[in-house]
Amino acid sequence: MDAILLQILNGFDKGSAYALIALGLTLIFGTLGVVNFAHGALFMLGAFCAVAVNKLLSLDIVTLSETQTTAWGTPLEIRTPYAEVWFGEIGSVLVDYSVPLSILVAIPVMLIIGVVMERGLIKHFYKRPHAEQILVTFGLAIVLQEIIKAWFGANPIPQPAPGSLRGMIDFGAAVGFEAGSVVYPLWRLVYFLFAFVIIGAVFAFLQFTTLGMVIRAGMADRETVGLLGIDIDKRFTLVFGIAAVVAGLAGVMYTPILSPDYHLGMDFLVLSFVVVVVGGMGSLSGAVLAGFLLGILQSFASMNEIKQVIPGIDQIIIYLVAVVVLLARPRGLLGRKGVMES
Amino acid sequence: MTTFSTSRRGLLKGGAALGLGFAAPTILTSKAFAASYTNEPKGSTVTFGFNVPQTGAYADEGADELRAYELAVEHLNGEGDGGMMGTFSSKALKGNGVLGKKVVYVTGDTQTKSDAARASARRMIEADGAIMVTGGSSSGVAVAVQGLCQEVGVIFMAGLTHSNDTTGKDRKANGFRHFFNAYMSGAALAPVLKSNYGSDRKAYHLTADYTWGWTQEESIAAATEALGWETVNKVRTPLGAGDFSQYITPVLNSGADVLILNHYGRDMVNSLTQAVQFGLRDKQVNGKNFEIVVPLYSRLMAQGAGKNVNGIFGSTNWHWSLQDEASQAFVKSFGQKYGFPPSQAAHTCYSQAILYADACERAGTFNPCGVVEALEDFEFDGLGNGPTLYRGADHQCFKDVLVVKGKENPSSQFDLLEVVEVVPVANVTYAPDHPMFAGGDLGSCNAGV
Repeated sequence: MDAILLQILNGFDKGSAYALIALGLTLIFGTLGVVNFAHGALFMLGAFCAVAVNKLLSLDIVTLSETQTTAWGTPLEIRTPYAEVWFGEIGSVLVDYSVPLSILVAIPVMLIIGVVMERGLIKHFYKRPHAEQILVTFGLAIVLQEIIKAWFGANPIPQPAPGSLRGMIDFGAAVGFEAGSVVYPLWRLVYFLFAFVIIGAVFAFLQFTTLGMVIRAGMADRETVGLLGIDIDKRFTLVFGIAAVVAGLAGVMYTPILSPDYHLGMDFLVLSFVVVVVGGMGSLSGAVLAGFLLGILQSFASMNEIKQVIPGIDQIIIYLVAVVVLLARPRGLLGRKGVMES
Repeated sequence: MTTFSTSRRGLLKGGAALGLGFAAPTILTSKAFAASYTNEPKGSTVTFGFNVPQTGAYADEGADELRAYELAVEHLNGEGDGGMMGTFSSKALKGNGVLGKKVVYVTGDTQTKSDAARASARRMIEADGAIMVTGGSSSGVAVAVQGLCQEVGVIFMAGLTHSNDTTGKDRKANGFRHFFNAYMSGAALAPVLKSNYGSDRKAYHLTADYTWGWTQEESIAAATEALGWETVNKVRTPLGAGDFSQYITPVLNSGADVLILNHYGRDMVNSLTQAVQFGLRDKQVNGKNFEIVVPLYSRLMAQGAGKNVNGIFGSTNWHWSLQDEASQAFVKSFGQKYGFPPSQAAHTCYSQAILYADACERAGTFNPCGVVEALEDFEFDGLGNGPTLYRGADHQCFKDVLVVKGKENPSSQFDLLEVVEVVPVANVTYAPDHPMFAGGDLGSCNAGV
């Protein structure tokens, strides 16, 4: 039972990332009708916002030691972070909390990237076939990841969680199990809660704000909304920006779980598309539901007991479920009728 | 009636012309005019082919390999401070290139993919005229490129490849490996693990699912089981899994008290980081502290994993903190040129380039069969690992192996591993027909053309 609970928790973690990426993908597809293969790259760019902020806060003064030399005979460099020099203890705390602090930077940065991407490139492909949209956005994803590689290198760059959120939590004791039977990394629970808040905020925005209502109306019937004198294009540009922010924030907070490298986006992209298809193209709630469902199934499929019965099941379970769902329900779990059928 | 008459002079002229006519085909196909082996250098230069990962997960490792190759070329051509050329026991190289020809080079990108690596190696051989190919950062790539070099008749001096198969079941006459292998890692690590963790342990393996991971898992399991350790489980993980949490959580309740991570590069960084996140290092199982072992370490990898490597044992081919004259000469040369110390990948690649050049010089030819002969059973010293033998039976180098530990208090971003033991070569040597290396056949050298 302990092992099952642990895999459920793992599933929620993975599912949170899948759901956040798939939510943005669906938002873009539902409003603009664009299949955005650069969405994984937005997740990766968010992660590198955290890396950049950490590097910025860790900038240091280099002084040369008068007494020590390196193994190759040059004076040893002594590095002292500016943050510590200028702010003392507070400076150290700022560096320690660089990941959550990065959210403040990632929101405007990702919004700008999203808007520029939509206005500068994506808008020219609205009326083009999906195949061309896929090609151009996939190309964009490759360009973005190569830029990141040229700038930050190819190796993963670890981003530790803040010291106070780095430890383990006795999750088992909290839900009535034997104390110590299910301990879980605290940051992973933080990530799950964060995803829950972001998903809730996106739904609340669409449900309860005027702009959200216009966007929903536009998703249902773009032309009619336009005939009412509303500049729906501007709203949809904003939607693209919001989707980029959601993917970016998912990336920022994921960095202590998985050290970011330039390939991070590609690792999640294909799985997220499967999530969108299983949830139902254009269905926001479907994307979230499928994200968590597939995350949990993938975790269970990795259990030794299951792998011993069906070797390799952990690597194909998501695609297997996709096949079964699409055979039984071609429009996905919560997909709307008509989407992708014209 | 016509009469045929000729003078003695005319007869001599005619005979000479006839002789030349018969001899011409022989002259044109002789060594003086036609190549007798693939890419025989004709001009004043000789081209080396450096096939390293310039993109993909091992790109940083590849970049370090390329730096080392460029340094080796400088030293071979008599530029720079000479690095380990000055400490190398063989004095055949004079710093005027190889066999009087200046060394130039071309590069290829393996992408850490076997097919891409073969394609770039083929391009370097066929289009650029590379006399040899060296490099790589993966056993899958090494096995693939070694096979190609055997087919076309050039020498392959492997870079970073740790699978037993490279000089085991996939060994080739034209291929040579300076780097150590998984068996040697197990043989070197086991006594250190016993003295630190005892002989009553339960080990759980997480293994990268390809040739290197399989042979390392087999080697380490055999070595630890020989100590009395029990292997609780061996779980294969897909390459590039990213988040390993679903593979790590079963370890928590498996009864194991040691986790052995048969991962490398990005996978290693992620699996180790996540194992630490899941509190494995703070855990007590069977009344003992839970331990993690990383059988194959690299400094670049340790940089990626950060503080998570603290106190964790592993093995390595070479480390920049070694104090012997050769290692220090190499670190000085590399450090002054690039501003940081070389990785083990850089060291092995530099050594391979020097060893190849030296073999050509000693053989007096670039002919692969001459080079094979010069390298087989060649004993040398002064390249940083003490006395070394390039064993003729399988083309594997035998030298001391380092057991290292993640440093508790690193003094710099490069000072991450400390050498805890230099395991003598005798302790890691095995017979060429050892079961873990069985099934391979060197065949005979191929000079191509």
